[in-house]
Amino acid sequence: MERDVKKEQEYKNIAQKYEPKPTLLKNVVMAFIVGGLISDIGQFFLNFYLSKGFSMEDANTLVAITMVFIGAFLTGIGVYDDIGKFAGAGSIVPITGFANSIVSPAMEFKREGFVFGAAAKMFTIAGPVIVYGVSTSILIGIIYYFLK
Amino acid sequence: MAEKKLGAQTVKFKNPPSIIAGGTIVGPKEGEGPLRDYFDMILIDDTYGEKSWEKAESKMFQDAVNLALKKANLKISDIDYLLGGDLLNQIISANFAARQLNVPHFGLYGACSTMTEGLTLGAMLIDGGYADYVIAATSSHFSTAERQFRYPLEQGIQRPFTSQWTVTGAGATILASTGEGPYITHATTGKVVDLGMKDANNMGAAMAPAAADTIITHFKDTGFTIEDYDLIMTGDMGRVGRDILLELLYKEGFDIADKYKDCGIEIFYESQDVHSGGSGAACSAVVLNGWLLSQIRNGVYKKVLFMATGALLSPTSTYQGESIPGIAHAITISTILS
Repeated sequence: MERDVKKEQEYKNIAQKYEPKPTLLKNVVMAFIVGGLISDIGQFFLNFYLSKGFSMEDANTLVAITMVFIGAFLTGIGVYDDIGKFAGAGSIVPITGFANSIVSPAMEFKREGFVFGAAAKMFTIAGPVIVYGVSTSILIGIIYYFLK
Repeated sequence: MAEKKLGAQTVKFKNPPSIIAGGTIVGPKEGEGPLRDYFDMILIDDTYGEKSWEKAESKMFQDAVNLALKKANLKISDIDYLLGGDLLNQIISANFAARQLNVPHFGLYGACSTMTEGLTLGAMLIDGGYADYVIAATSSHFSTAERQFRYPLEQGIQRPFTSQWTVTGAGATILASTGEGPYITHATTGKVVDLGMKDANNMGAAMAPAAADTIITHFKDTGFTIEDYDLIMTGDMGRVGRDILLELLYKEGFDIADKYKDCGIEIFYESQDVHSGGSGAACSAVVLNGWLLSQIRNGVYKKVLFMATGALLSPTSTYQGESIPGIAHAITISTILS
Protein backbone atom coordinates (compact mmCIF):
# COMPACT_ATOMS: atom_id res chain seq x y z
CA MET A 1 0.00 0.00 0.00
CA GLU A 2 1.32 3.45 -0.94
CA ARG A 3 1.87 5.75 1.99
CA ASP A 4 -0.57 8.61 1.99
CA VAL A 5 1.25 11.43 3.74
CA LYS A 6 -1.75 13.74 3.82
CA LYS A 7 -3.95 11.08 5.37
CA GLU A 8 -1.25 10.25 7.91
CA GLN A 9 -1.01 13.90 8.95
CA GLU A 10 -4.79 14.18 9.24
CA TYR A 11 -4.86 11.11 11.42
CA LYS A 12 -2.03 12.36 13.57
CA ASN A 13 -4.09 15.48 14.33
CA ILE A 14 -7.08 13.39 15.39
CA ALA A 15 -4.96 11.04 17.49
CA GLN A 16 -3.17 13.88 19.24
CA LYS A 17 -6.48 15.34 20.36
CA TYR A 18 -7.17 12.32 22.56
CA GLU A 19 -3.71 11.91 24.01
CA PRO A 20 -3.90 12.66 27.74
CA LYS A 21 -1.59 15.52 28.59
CA PRO A 22 1.33 14.64 30.85
CA THR A 23 1.10 16.36 34.23
CA LEU A 24 4.17 18.49 33.58
CA LEU A 25 4.08 20.77 36.63
CA LYS A 26 3.48 17.89 39.05
CA ASN A 27 6.31 15.89 37.41
CA VAL A 28 8.74 18.79 37.65
CA VAL A 29 7.89 19.45 41.31
CA MET A 30 8.16 15.76 42.24
CA ALA A 31 11.45 15.39 40.37
CA PHE A 32 12.77 18.48 42.15
CA ILE A 33 11.77 17.25 45.61
CA VAL A 34 12.92 13.63 45.24
CA GLY A 35 16.07 14.53 43.30
CA GLY A 36 16.84 17.11 45.96
CA LEU A 37 16.27 14.60 48.77
CA ILE A 38 18.61 12.08 47.15
CA SER A 39 21.22 14.83 46.82
CA ASP A 40 20.68 15.72 50.50
CA ILE A 41 21.40 12.13 51.47
CA GLY A 42 24.57 12.27 49.36
CA GLN A 43 25.57 15.50 51.08
CA PHE A 44 24.90 13.91 54.46
CA PHE A 45 27.31 11.06 53.64
CA LEU A 46 29.90 13.50 52.28
CA ASN A 47 29.84 15.50 55.51
CA PHE A 48 29.94 12.26 57.49
CA TYR A 49 33.03 10.93 55.66
CA LEU A 50 34.77 14.31 55.85
CA SER A 51 34.13 14.42 59.60
CA LYS A 52 35.80 10.99 59.89
CA GLY A 53 38.96 12.53 58.50
CA PHE A 54 38.82 11.36 54.85
CA SER A 55 40.23 13.69 52.20
CA MET A 56 37.74 15.41 49.87
CA GLU A 57 38.69 13.10 47.01
CA ASP A 58 38.31 9.92 49.07
CA ALA A 59 35.07 11.15 50.60
CA ASN A 60 33.65 11.82 47.11
CA THR A 61 34.48 8.27 46.03
CA LEU A 62 32.96 6.86 49.21
CA VAL A 63 29.75 8.83 48.66
CA ALA A 64 29.46 7.45 45.10
CA ILE A 65 29.97 3.91 46.42
CA THR A 66 27.41 4.43 49.19
CA MET A 67 24.77 5.92 46.88
CA VAL A 68 25.25 3.16 44.29
CA PHE A 69 24.79 0.62 47.06
CA ILE A 70 21.58 2.29 48.24
CA GLY A 71 20.23 2.47 44.67
CA ALA A 72 21.06 -1.19 44.03
CA PHE A 73 19.64 -2.27 47.39
CA LEU A 74 16.33 -0.43 46.87
CA THR A 75 16.10 -1.95 43.38
CA GLY A 76 16.75 -5.41 44.80
CA ILE A 77 13.95 -5.18 47.35
CA GLY A 78 11.60 -3.80 44.70
CA VAL A 79 11.21 -0.25 46.02
CA TYR A 80 13.14 1.84 43.49
CA ASP A 81 10.63 1.39 40.67
CA ASP A 82 7.89 2.62 43.00
CA ILE A 83 9.94 5.73 43.77
CA GLY A 84 10.65 6.19 40.05
CA LYS A 85 6.94 6.04 39.25
CA PHE A 86 6.24 9.38 40.90
CA ALA A 87 9.74 10.91 40.99
CA GLY A 88 10.54 10.51 37.26
CA ALA A 89 13.82 12.19 36.41
CA GLY A 90 14.32 12.95 40.10
CA SER A 91 15.34 9.36 40.71
CA ILE A 92 16.80 8.62 37.25
CA VAL A 93 19.41 11.39 37.05
CA PRO A 94 21.27 10.84 40.38
CA ILE A 95 23.81 8.02 40.60
CA THR A 96 21.21 5.85 42.40
CA GLY A 97 19.28 5.81 39.11
CA PHE A 98 22.39 4.58 37.33
CA ALA A 99 22.64 1.72 39.83
CA ASN A 100 18.95 0.97 39.25
CA SER A 101 19.46 0.81 35.48
CA ILE A 102 22.17 -1.85 35.91
CA VAL A 103 20.62 -3.94 38.67
CA SER A 104 17.10 -4.08 37.20
CA PRO A 105 18.06 -5.83 33.92
CA ALA A 106 20.50 -8.06 35.81
CA MET A 107 17.64 -9.23 38.05
CA GLU A 108 15.24 -9.56 35.17
CA PHE A 109 17.50 -11.67 32.97
CA LYS A 110 18.99 -13.88 35.70
CA ARG A 111 16.70 -16.64 34.46
CA GLU A 112 18.62 -16.82 31.20
CA GLY A 113 21.70 -17.73 33.22
CA PHE A 114 24.52 -15.75 34.81
CA VAL A 115 26.56 -15.41 31.61
CA PHE A 116 24.09 -14.85 28.77
CA GLY A 117 21.40 -13.48 31.06
CA ALA A 118 22.46 -11.33 33.99
CA ALA A 119 25.96 -10.42 32.80
CA ALA A 120 25.14 -9.89 29.12
CA LYS A 121 21.99 -7.83 29.73
CA MET A 122 23.30 -5.89 32.72
CA PHE A 123 24.45 -2.95 30.60
CA THR A 124 21.65 -2.81 28.04
CA ILE A 125 20.42 0.47 29.52
CA ALA A 126 23.57 1.77 31.24
CA GLY A 127 25.88 0.71 28.38
CA PRO A 128 24.97 3.55 25.99
CA VAL A 129 25.31 6.03 28.87
CA ILE A 130 28.83 4.77 29.58
CA VAL A 131 29.85 4.68 25.90
CA TYR A 132 28.73 8.22 25.18
CA GLY A 133 29.83 9.50 28.58
CA VAL A 134 33.37 8.26 28.03
CA SER A 135 33.42 9.38 24.37
CA THR A 136 32.24 12.87 25.29
CA SER A 137 34.81 13.21 28.07
CA ILE A 138 37.59 12.22 25.65
CA LEU A 139 36.35 14.76 23.12
CA ILE A 140 36.13 17.53 25.71
CA GLY A 141 39.61 16.51 26.94
CA ILE A 142 41.10 16.95 23.46
CA ILE A 143 39.40 20.33 22.99
CA TYR A 144 40.61 21.43 26.41
CA TYR A 145 44.17 20.32 25.55
CA PHE A 146 44.29 22.55 22.49
CA LEU A 147 42.54 25.55 24.03
CA LYS A 148 44.59 25.58 27.19
CA MET B 1 -16.49 -19.25 -6.88
CA ALA B 2 -16.29 -18.90 -3.13
CA GLU B 3 -19.93 -19.36 -2.25
CA LYS B 4 -19.56 -18.41 1.42
CA LYS B 5 -17.73 -15.18 0.70
CA LEU B 6 -19.65 -11.97 1.32
CA GLY B 7 -18.40 -8.72 -0.10
CA ALA B 8 -14.75 -7.82 0.08
CA GLN B 9 -13.48 -9.34 3.33
CA THR B 10 -16.28 -11.26 5.01
CA VAL B 11 -17.44 -14.86 5.10
CA LYS B 12 -20.92 -16.05 6.05
CA PHE B 13 -20.83 -19.54 7.50
CA LYS B 14 -23.23 -22.03 5.99
CA ASN B 15 -23.19 -24.26 9.05
CA PRO B 16 -22.19 -21.81 11.75
CA PRO B 17 -20.09 -23.46 14.45
CA SER B 18 -21.20 -23.31 18.08
CA ILE B 19 -19.13 -21.92 20.90
CA ILE B 20 -19.58 -24.77 23.37
CA ALA B 21 -17.18 -23.74 26.12
CA GLY B 22 -14.59 -21.22 27.18
CA GLY B 23 -11.82 -21.52 29.74
CA THR B 24 -10.03 -18.62 31.46
CA ILE B 25 -7.14 -18.08 33.85
CA VAL B 26 -5.98 -14.65 34.98
CA GLY B 27 -3.22 -13.17 37.13
CA PRO B 28 -3.63 -11.52 40.53
CA LYS B 29 -4.13 -7.96 39.21
CA GLU B 30 -6.89 -9.04 36.82
CA GLY B 31 -8.36 -10.99 39.74
CA GLU B 32 -8.87 -7.69 41.56
CA GLY B 33 -10.58 -6.10 38.56
CA PRO B 34 -14.30 -5.61 37.95
CA LEU B 35 -14.68 -8.88 35.98
CA ARG B 36 -13.09 -11.15 38.62
CA ASP B 37 -16.26 -13.19 39.20
CA TYR B 38 -16.32 -14.34 35.59
CA PHE B 39 -12.92 -16.03 35.45
CA ASP B 40 -12.49 -19.76 36.05
CA MET B 41 -9.22 -19.42 37.88
CA ILE B 42 -7.31 -16.53 39.46
CA LEU B 43 -3.62 -16.96 40.24
CA ILE B 44 -2.35 -15.72 43.59
CA ASP B 45 1.21 -15.77 42.31
CA ASP B 46 1.96 -14.65 38.76
CA THR B 47 4.87 -17.11 38.42
CA TYR B 48 2.30 -19.92 38.83
CA GLY B 49 4.92 -21.93 40.77
CA GLU B 50 7.29 -21.95 37.79
CA LYS B 51 10.89 -20.81 37.54
CA SER B 52 10.25 -18.20 34.86
CA TRP B 53 7.36 -16.06 33.70
CA GLU B 54 7.58 -17.63 30.26
CA LYS B 55 6.99 -21.06 31.79
CA ALA B 56 4.14 -19.62 33.82
CA GLU B 57 2.52 -18.19 30.69
CA SER B 58 2.79 -21.48 28.83
CA LYS B 59 1.28 -23.31 31.81
CA MET B 60 -1.63 -20.84 31.85
CA PHE B 61 -2.18 -21.47 28.15
CA GLN B 62 -2.25 -25.21 28.73
CA ASP B 63 -4.59 -24.96 31.71
CA ALA B 64 -6.98 -22.61 29.93
CA VAL B 65 -7.34 -25.31 27.26
CA ASN B 66 -7.84 -27.99 29.94
CA LEU B 67 -10.45 -25.89 31.76
CA ALA B 68 -12.39 -25.40 28.53
CA LEU B 69 -12.20 -29.14 27.78
CA LYS B 70 -13.50 -29.96 31.24
CA LYS B 71 -16.46 -27.62 30.86
CA ALA B 72 -17.31 -29.10 27.48
CA ASN B 73 -16.92 -32.63 28.83
CA LEU B 74 -14.38 -33.46 26.14
CA LYS B 75 -10.96 -35.02 26.04
CA ILE B 76 -8.05 -33.52 24.17
CA SER B 77 -8.18 -36.50 21.78
CA ASP B 78 -11.64 -35.30 20.68
CA ILE B 79 -10.13 -32.07 19.40
CA ASP B 80 -9.19 -31.94 15.73
CA TYR B 81 -7.11 -28.77 15.79
CA LEU B 82 -5.64 -26.34 18.26
CA LEU B 83 -5.21 -22.82 16.89
CA GLY B 84 -3.08 -20.87 19.28
CA GLY B 85 -0.66 -18.02 19.61
CA ASP B 86 0.79 -15.47 21.98
CA LEU B 87 3.01 -12.39 21.99
CA LEU B 88 6.41 -13.91 22.64
CA ASN B 89 9.14 -14.46 20.07
CA GLN B 90 8.47 -17.64 18.08
CA ILE B 91 5.15 -17.93 19.99
CA ILE B 92 6.76 -20.14 22.62
CA SER B 93 3.86 -20.04 25.08
CA ALA B 94 1.47 -21.63 22.60
CA ASN B 95 3.98 -23.99 21.02
CA PHE B 96 5.36 -25.21 24.34
CA ALA B 97 1.84 -25.73 25.67
CA ALA B 98 0.99 -27.70 22.52
CA ARG B 99 4.03 -29.89 23.17
CA GLN B 100 2.28 -30.99 26.37
CA LEU B 101 -1.22 -31.12 24.96
CA ASN B 102 -0.53 -33.63 22.20
CA VAL B 103 -2.98 -32.29 19.62
CA PRO B 104 -2.63 -31.15 15.99
CA HIS B 105 -1.59 -27.53 16.32
CA PHE B 106 -1.49 -24.44 14.14
CA GLY B 107 0.64 -21.68 15.63
CA LEU B 108 -0.68 -18.17 14.94
CA TYR B 109 0.72 -14.71 15.39
CA GLY B 110 -1.65 -11.78 15.21
CA ALA B 111 -0.34 -9.93 18.27
CA CYS B 112 -3.34 -9.05 20.42
CA SER B 113 -5.75 -9.94 17.58
CA THR B 114 -4.84 -13.63 17.85
CA MET B 115 -8.07 -14.63 19.63
CA THR B 116 -10.38 -13.68 16.77
CA GLU B 117 -7.80 -14.79 14.19
CA GLY B 118 -7.98 -18.27 15.77
CA LEU B 119 -11.78 -18.21 16.02
CA THR B 120 -12.16 -17.12 12.38
CA LEU B 121 -9.87 -19.88 11.11
CA GLY B 122 -11.42 -22.41 13.50
CA ALA B 123 -14.91 -21.56 12.29
CA MET B 124 -13.72 -21.92 8.69
CA LEU B 125 -12.20 -25.34 9.43
CA ILE B 126 -15.45 -26.54 10.94
CA ASP B 127 -17.74 -25.04 8.33
CA GLY B 128 -15.47 -26.41 5.63
CA GLY B 129 -15.98 -29.89 6.99
CA TYR B 130 -12.41 -30.40 8.11
CA ALA B 131 -13.11 -30.60 11.82
CA ASP B 132 -15.81 -31.24 14.41
CA TYR B 133 -14.03 -29.71 17.37
CA VAL B 134 -11.50 -26.90 17.30
CA ILE B 135 -9.88 -25.01 20.16
CA ALA B 136 -8.74 -21.42 19.70
CA ALA B 137 -6.56 -20.18 22.52
CA THR B 138 -4.15 -17.43 23.37
CA SER B 139 -2.19 -16.06 26.32
CA SER B 140 -0.15 -13.09 27.46
CA HIS B 141 1.73 -12.19 30.62
CA PHE B 142 2.58 -8.71 31.85
CA SER B 143 6.10 -9.67 32.89
CA THR B 144 7.03 -11.62 29.74
CA ALA B 145 5.68 -8.87 27.48
CA GLU B 146 7.41 -6.07 29.39
CA ARG B 147 10.82 -7.68 29.19
CA GLN B 148 10.44 -8.42 25.49
CA PHE B 149 8.87 -5.16 24.34
CA ARG B 150 9.83 -2.59 26.98
CA TYR B 151 11.91 -2.24 30.15
CA PRO B 152 12.94 -4.42 33.08
CA LEU B 153 10.23 -4.51 35.74
CA GLU B 154 12.33 -3.04 38.53
CA GLN B 155 13.53 -0.10 36.50
CA GLY B 156 12.32 3.17 37.94
CA ILE B 157 10.66 4.82 34.96
CA GLN B 158 7.35 6.57 34.46
CA ARG B 159 4.79 5.03 32.13
CA PRO B 160 3.07 7.59 29.90
CA PHE B 161 -0.72 8.04 30.22
CA THR B 162 -1.25 6.57 26.75
CA SER B 163 0.40 3.28 27.68
CA GLN B 164 -1.57 0.11 28.37
CA TRP B 165 -1.12 -2.73 30.82
CA THR B 166 -0.56 -6.21 29.36
CA VAL B 167 -3.11 -8.62 30.81
CA THR B 168 -1.71 -11.70 32.54
CA GLY B 169 -3.92 -14.60 31.60
CA ALA B 170 -5.00 -17.14 29.04
CA GLY B 171 -8.29 -17.94 27.37
CA ALA B 172 -9.48 -20.86 25.27
CA THR B 173 -12.67 -21.33 23.26
CA ILE B 174 -14.00 -24.64 21.98
CA LEU B 175 -15.92 -24.53 18.71
CA ALA B 176 -18.06 -27.46 17.60
CA SER B 177 -19.82 -28.40 14.39
CA THR B 178 -22.99 -29.17 16.33
CA GLY B 179 -24.39 -27.42 19.36
CA GLU B 180 -26.94 -24.98 20.62
CA GLY B 181 -25.00 -21.81 20.19
CA PRO B 182 -24.00 -19.14 20.58
CA TYR B 183 -22.91 -19.37 16.96
CA ILE B 184 -20.22 -17.67 14.97
CA THR B 185 -22.19 -16.61 11.92
CA HIS B 186 -19.87 -14.19 10.14
CA ALA B 187 -16.21 -13.30 10.16
CA THR B 188 -14.56 -10.21 8.69
CA THR B 189 -10.83 -10.55 8.26
CA GLY B 190 -8.95 -7.29 8.67
CA LYS B 191 -6.31 -5.70 6.52
CA VAL B 192 -3.07 -4.44 7.96
CA VAL B 193 -3.52 -0.68 8.26
CA ASP B 194 -0.75 1.73 9.20
CA LEU B 195 -1.22 5.48 9.42
CA GLY B 196 2.31 6.18 10.54
CA MET B 197 1.99 6.11 14.33
CA LYS B 198 5.35 5.34 15.91
CA ASP B 199 4.81 5.55 19.65
CA ALA B 200 5.03 2.04 21.12
CA ASN B 201 3.51 3.50 24.28
CA ASN B 202 0.36 4.50 22.43
CA MET B 203 -0.93 1.33 20.80
CA GLY B 204 -4.54 2.46 20.91
CA ALA B 205 -3.72 5.19 18.40
CA ALA B 206 -1.76 2.73 16.25
CA MET B 207 -4.65 0.23 16.09
CA ALA B 208 -7.65 2.55 15.78
CA PRO B 209 -7.46 2.96 11.96
CA ALA B 210 -7.36 -0.82 11.47
CA ALA B 211 -10.26 -1.26 13.87
CA ALA B 212 -12.33 1.39 12.10
CA ASP B 213 -11.52 -0.14 8.71
CA THR B 214 -12.66 -3.63 9.75
CA ILE B 215 -15.90 -2.39 11.37
CA ILE B 216 -16.86 -0.29 8.33
CA THR B 217 -15.99 -3.13 5.96
CA HIS B 218 -18.05 -5.52 8.08
CA PHE B 219 -21.16 -3.35 7.80
CA LYS B 220 -20.64 -2.85 4.06
CA ASP B 221 -20.04 -6.56 3.36
CA THR B 222 -22.89 -7.95 5.45
CA GLY B 223 -25.44 -5.19 5.03
CA PHE B 224 -25.98 -5.24 8.80
CA THR B 225 -26.68 -1.98 10.56
CA ILE B 226 -25.64 -0.88 14.04
CA GLU B 227 -29.22 -1.63 15.15
CA ASP B 228 -28.69 -5.32 14.31
CA TYR B 229 -26.16 -5.59 17.12
CA ASP B 230 -26.66 -5.46 20.87
CA LEU B 231 -22.97 -4.93 21.52
CA ILE B 232 -19.87 -4.00 19.53
CA MET B 233 -16.77 -4.94 21.47
CA THR B 234 -13.09 -4.42 20.69
CA GLY B 235 -10.12 -6.23 22.20
CA ASP B 236 -7.71 -3.70 23.63
CA MET B 237 -8.17 -0.20 22.26
CA GLY B 238 -7.92 1.33 25.71
CA ARG B 239 -9.39 4.74 26.55
CA VAL B 240 -7.20 6.63 24.09
CA GLY B 241 -7.89 4.17 21.26
CA ARG B 242 -11.62 4.11 22.02
CA ASP B 243 -11.96 7.87 21.70
CA ILE B 244 -10.08 7.90 18.41
CA LEU B 245 -12.01 4.91 17.04
CA LEU B 246 -15.38 6.44 17.91
CA GLU B 247 -14.42 9.67 16.14
CA LEU B 248 -13.12 7.85 13.03
CA LEU B 249 -16.35 5.86 12.80
CA TYR B 250 -18.54 8.88 13.51
CA LYS B 251 -16.89 10.73 10.63
CA GLU B 252 -17.82 7.86 8.32
CA GLY B 253 -21.42 7.95 9.54
CA PHE B 254 -21.31 5.14 12.10
CA ASP B 255 -22.30 6.29 15.57
CA ILE B 256 -21.65 3.19 17.67
CA ALA B 257 -20.93 4.94 21.00
CA ASP B 258 -24.08 3.61 22.74
CA LYS B 259 -23.32 -0.01 21.91
CA TYR B 260 -19.59 0.05 22.27
CA LYS B 261 -17.37 -1.59 24.87
CA ASP B 262 -13.68 -2.41 24.97
CA CYS B 263 -12.20 -5.42 26.80
CA GLY B 264 -9.13 -3.38 27.76
CA ILE B 265 -11.29 -0.79 29.51
CA GLU B 266 -13.63 -3.31 31.15
CA ILE B 267 -11.02 -5.60 32.66
CA PHE B 268 -9.43 -3.12 35.10
CA TYR B 269 -10.72 -0.40 37.39
CA GLU B 270 -9.33 3.03 36.59
CA SER B 271 -7.91 3.09 40.13
CA GLN B 272 -5.67 0.11 39.26
CA ASP B 273 -3.22 2.52 37.66
CA VAL B 274 -3.21 0.92 34.22
CA HIS B 275 -3.46 4.29 32.46
CA SER B 276 -5.18 3.80 29.07
CA GLY B 277 -6.41 0.27 29.90
CA GLY B 278 -5.51 -3.39 29.50
CA SER B 279 -3.91 -4.93 26.43
CA GLY B 280 -2.29 -8.16 25.34
CA ALA B 281 -3.53 -11.24 23.54
CA ALA B 282 -5.18 -12.49 26.74
CA CYS B 283 -7.15 -9.28 27.21
CA SER B 284 -9.78 -10.10 24.60
CA ALA B 285 -9.44 -13.85 25.27
CA VAL B 286 -10.34 -13.75 28.96
CA VAL B 287 -13.07 -11.12 28.57
CA LEU B 288 -14.68 -13.10 25.73
CA ASN B 289 -14.44 -16.49 27.41
CA GLY B 290 -15.22 -15.17 30.88
CA TRP B 291 -17.54 -12.21 30.96
CA LEU B 292 -18.99 -12.03 27.43
CA LEU B 293 -19.94 -15.71 26.99
CA SER B 294 -21.71 -15.65 30.33
CA GLN B 295 -23.60 -12.47 29.34
CA ILE B 296 -24.63 -14.07 26.05
CA ARG B 297 -25.72 -17.30 27.77
CA ASN B 298 -27.77 -15.26 30.25
CA GLY B 299 -29.53 -13.50 27.41
CA VAL B 300 -28.12 -10.02 28.07
CA TYR B 301 -26.77 -9.84 24.53
CA LYS B 302 -28.15 -11.75 21.58
CA LYS B 303 -25.93 -10.56 18.79
CA VAL B 304 -22.42 -9.27 19.31
CA LEU B 305 -19.72 -8.00 16.98
CA PHE B 306 -16.50 -9.05 18.66
CA MET B 307 -13.22 -7.78 17.32
CA ALA B 308 -9.75 -8.36 18.73
CA THR B 309 -7.22 -5.75 17.68
CA GLY B 310 -3.48 -6.16 17.28
CA ALA B 311 -0.46 -3.85 17.06
CA LEU B 312 2.05 -5.67 14.89
CA LEU B 313 5.22 -4.13 16.23
CA SER B 314 8.45 -5.78 17.30
CA PRO B 315 11.28 -4.32 19.42
CA THR B 316 13.49 -4.43 16.31
CA SER B 317 11.01 -2.53 14.14
CA THR B 318 10.59 0.08 16.87
CA TYR B 319 14.36 0.62 17.20
CA GLN B 320 14.62 0.93 13.42
CA GLY B 321 12.09 3.74 13.48
CA GLU B 322 9.29 1.85 11.72
CA SER B 323 5.70 2.87 12.30
CA ILE B 324 3.29 0.43 13.96
CA PRO B 325 0.92 -1.53 11.67
CA GLY B 326 -2.44 -2.44 13.15
CA ILE B 327 -4.88 -5.25 12.42
CA ALA B 328 -8.38 -6.18 13.55
CA HIS B 329 -10.46 -9.29 12.92
CA ALA B 330 -14.19 -9.23 13.64
CA ILE B 331 -16.61 -12.10 14.25
CA THR B 332 -20.35 -12.04 14.68
CA ILE B 333 -21.51 -14.06 17.67
CA SER B 334 -25.24 -14.70 17.65
CA THR B 335 -27.61 -16.82 19.73
CA ILE B 336 -30.05 -17.21 16.88
CA LEU B 337 -29.52 -18.38 13.32
CA SER B 338 -31.21 -16.21 10.75
